[in-house]
Amino acid sequence: MNAPIGRPRLLFDFHGGIHPPQHKSLSNQRPIRPAPLPGQLILPLNMHLGAPAKPVVQVGDDVLKGQKIAEAQGAVSLPVHAPTSGKVVAIGPRPIQHPSGLDAPCIVIEPDGREQWCELHPLPDWRTCCPPSALIPRLREAGIAGMGGAGFPTAVKLSPRAEHPIEQLIINAVECEPYITADDMLMRERADQIIAGVEILRHTLNPKEVIVGIEDNKPEAIEAMRRAATGTGIEIAVVPTKYPSGGEKQLIYMLTGKEVPSGGIPAQVGVVCHNTGTALAIHRAIVFGEPLISRVTTLTGKALREPGNMEVLLGTPVSALLDAAGADRNRIGRLVMGGPMMGFTLHSSAIPVVKTSNCILAASVEELPPPAPEQPCIRCGSCADVCPADLLPQQLFWYSKNQDLARAQQYNLMDCIECGACAYVCPSHIPLVQYYRFAKGEVRKEVAEQQKADRARQRFEARQDRLAKEQAEKEARRKARLEGSKPAAASGVDMAALKAASLEASSAYKAAVKALKAAEAEGSDQVATLAGDVEQLKAKADAAKAAVRDAGNPPAAPVVDVAALKAASLEASAAYKAAVKALKEAEAAGEDVTTLRTEADALKAKADAAKAAVRDAGPAAAKAAPAQPATAEQPAAEKADDGAERTQKMKALKTAFNMSHKQFKEASAALEHAEREGADNLDELRKQVERFQLKADKAKAALGLLVDQAKADMRASGSDLKSLKIEAAQTEAAARQKARELEAARIKGDDERINVLSRELDALQREAQVAAGALKAATDEQGLADA
Amino acid sequence: MTTILVAVFALLALAAVFGALLGFASEKFRVEGDPIVEQIDALLPQTQCGQCGHPGCRPYAEAIAAGEEHNRCPPGGESTVVALSELLGREVLPLDAEEGSALDVKRVAVIREDECIGCTKCIQACPVDAIVGAAKLMHTVIADECTGCDLCVEPCPVDCIDMVEIKPTLGTWSWQRPPGVGSKPDKLIPVVTL
Repeated sequence: MNAPIGRPRLLFDFHGGIHPPQHKSLSNQRPIRPAPLPGQLILPLNMHLGAPAKPVVQVGDDVLKGQKIAEAQGAVSLPVHAPTSGKVVAIGPRPIQHPSGLDAPCIVIEPDGREQWCELHPLPDWRTCCPPSALIPRLREAGIAGMGGAGFPTAVKLSPRAEHPIEQLIINAVECEPYITADDMLMRERADQIIAGVEILRHTLNPKEVIVGIEDNKPEAIEAMRRAATGTGIEIAVVPTKYPSGGEKQLIYMLTGKEVPSGGIPAQVGVVCHNTGTALAIHRAIVFGEPLISRVTTLTGKALREPGNMEVLLGTPVSALLDAAGADRNRIGRLVMGGPMMGFTLHSSAIPVVKTSNCILAASVEELPPPAPEQPCIRCGSCADVCPADLLPQQLFWYSKNQDLARAQQYNLMDCIECGACAYVCPSHIPLVQYYRFAKGEVRKEVAEQQKADRARQRFEARQDRLAKEQAEKEARRKARLEGSKPAAASGVDMAALKAASLEASSAYKAAVKALKAAEAEGSDQVATLAGDVEQLKAKADAAKAAVRDAGNPPAAPVVDVAALKAASLEASAAYKAAVKALKEAEAAGEDVTTLRTEADALKAKADAAKAAVRDAGPAAAKAAPAQPATAEQPAAEKADDGAERTQKMKALKTAFNMSHKQFKEASAALEHAEREGADNLDELRKQVERFQLKADKAKAALGLLVDQAKADMRASGSDLKSLKIEAAQTEAAARQKARELEAARIKGDDERINVLSRELDALQREAQVAAGALKAATDEQGLADA
Repeated sequence: MTTILVAVFALLALAAVFGALLGFASEKFRVEGDPIVEQIDALLPQTQCGQCGHPGCRPYAEAIAAGEEHNRCPPGGESTVVALSELLGREVLPLDAEEGSALDVKRVAVIREDECIGCTKCIQACPVDAIVGAAKLMHTVIADECTGCDLCVEPCPVDCIDMVEIKPTLGTWSWQRPPGVGSKPDKLIPVVTL
């Protein structure tokens, strides 16, 4: 599988790239030194990519070196460990490594200087002790993140999906950015440990080949790595110096010729890429059980007297490192975390070193002069020549500048790796990367907003549905109530027939009673049979009565055809007028007018009768609401409006009263408390209490007024509560009496009587229910139910 | 003569076949509803704030489709007007908003909980059910679901609802747009404080 020794691997050259001055010799002349222990270690909960960790210690706790102080939250997250033994002195926001300059929660530890380790669980026999997959949770628990720059949790990268078998494991030791030499020095001094870490990675991933990519400007590192890798089958590939060959996608292309798809991850093309520093951390985590608590960071720049690489405990503030490297504070023009191409300016030197901080650049003003003012784009195309991602930076610039996000995305804005090569070569000094970062931020914002809008739409629609359903249910309930109060009559029972039957039955009963009495007086022997008959007839009559009552409402008023009546009246009066006219004419002509006069009188009487009929029918028709909707409904609607308005007002007043009452209660409680304590602002409090009481009283008085008004209205509107109450009570009493009668009949054991009585009782009970319902509806209507 | 007949019959046959095909397609791929309303609705910000005079975003989308002006959405701002103009092929109109209602900053409602009297009025007013609580119990706003529509502020009888600006977090912060030609980008980065 491996390339034969001596023949270099066939490399693919990626498009573009630049050759900025290296400045690496500034910091790679001294061996790695340990950094001094600072007065405080500041550990951000978000040192990695993904969800921030959750603290598991409290302020004041003593912690040991390597002890977990915050645990991972979610799949893409990592724990944080104490870099040294000491005391937790604070958990709170501190400035952190972020270009925004925002503060983020951190755990602050004051070291005690004893460097006392917690209990570790080394695993030197990792090859044989357990299956490879068992190592991955250990790496997660050790808090290992990619140390090249992004800080992606290593454990996640080591668990590729089954559909993407890993062919190549690539160790990124390119370190293409100027100034940085952390990986270079690490490889020179600790090549064996790095190779051991790579072995662990190979063990877990089981790839076909393992390639370490190193830039050809690090001959010592290449030599050291070759020596360490002898006999392991790990290939050391030397790539030409070109920025940004250390970009993950660029390195994968250079070494394998595979292109990571747009928006995809390397695992999709069967490649996993790890940093050298990460490999070393993996080795220490598995073989010695040490979590990731320190890293090698390059301290460089012309403002430092002793630049070089230091083994830094995570959380060490940058200012402590600057002191250790002999910084000339007056010479520092800019303080950058990361390299000059992709790093960001620090706004405070109190910012701590984290898992991803590979370099602190304290550059003098001459070294990193302030950028020249932006000039207009001259469309020279240099940016497109150097873009390592094969994008069109100029187009992206236009679209980003004009916030034409859709077109910018069409031109694959999101594939920009923000390497800064285009801005480096731009003769107009346009801060291109910043434009892209801005546009990317806007795209992300837009996506987030779209998601939120979709959620809001869903919730809005769900709410509308719910309200509609509630409305429908209310309507259904209302209908059911209406139907319940309109008993059997509606079902088409012939009231007249029932009444006739009832009358017949009762007269038959009366006749029978008479006959019985007569028979008794005569002393006839038929008394017994007659008595039986009488009982039977009585039951019948009762049943008939009950049936009539069941049928309920009195028959509806006959609908009078007002229009027809009016027409008849008009006709009659016209006839009368015509008759009078004829009479006058006849009188004038001297004819015999007697017959005519009687005729006219008759017509007049007819017309008068018709008029009276119309007059009588008018109000009756008006009462029958559907016949004259315009007149009948208007006042009702007005009243309903009034009622609704008043109900609303009442509610508002109730709320006001509740509120002021609550305030009053609170104030009096406060007063009581103050009295007990002997506070000196008693007068003020007392005044407050009085004020609140006054307010509550006022609200109550207003409410009472409104309630009275509502009651008065109710009486005026005819749905008099009192009469309704009386009616309800009466029906209830009647029902109770019937129940007693029924009970008595039961005791007697008279089956037929029981039947009749129970039927009657049913009817009465129904009536009582209806009356109670009407009463409740009336009270509800006036909003007095809970007044 | 036969040539002409052949030609006529061939064309007739073709016409019949294609007519049948078109008729079938028009039945099979019939578009239900008015797709333009969906498209307009997708562009609106879904705050459901009612500032356009309609009870929610979808009713306004329907009104726009029926010919109403498309510049009545203050939360959407100019960008929504532009997007709607592009979709509808109408002229880009200036935003029709009352003064101060077109705010650029996103806001979220926050209930001062110790002052809440539990009247449920805000719950009834919220168009997206983003307020939880019950009668005579404290209410609170689910900040993630609040669209910042202001509709709950007015009904509150004790004025305990504030509209609070959403502060950027590490997750939501993004780079500013460079000021453009003639400016120095280093002005965007805060100065080192040592």
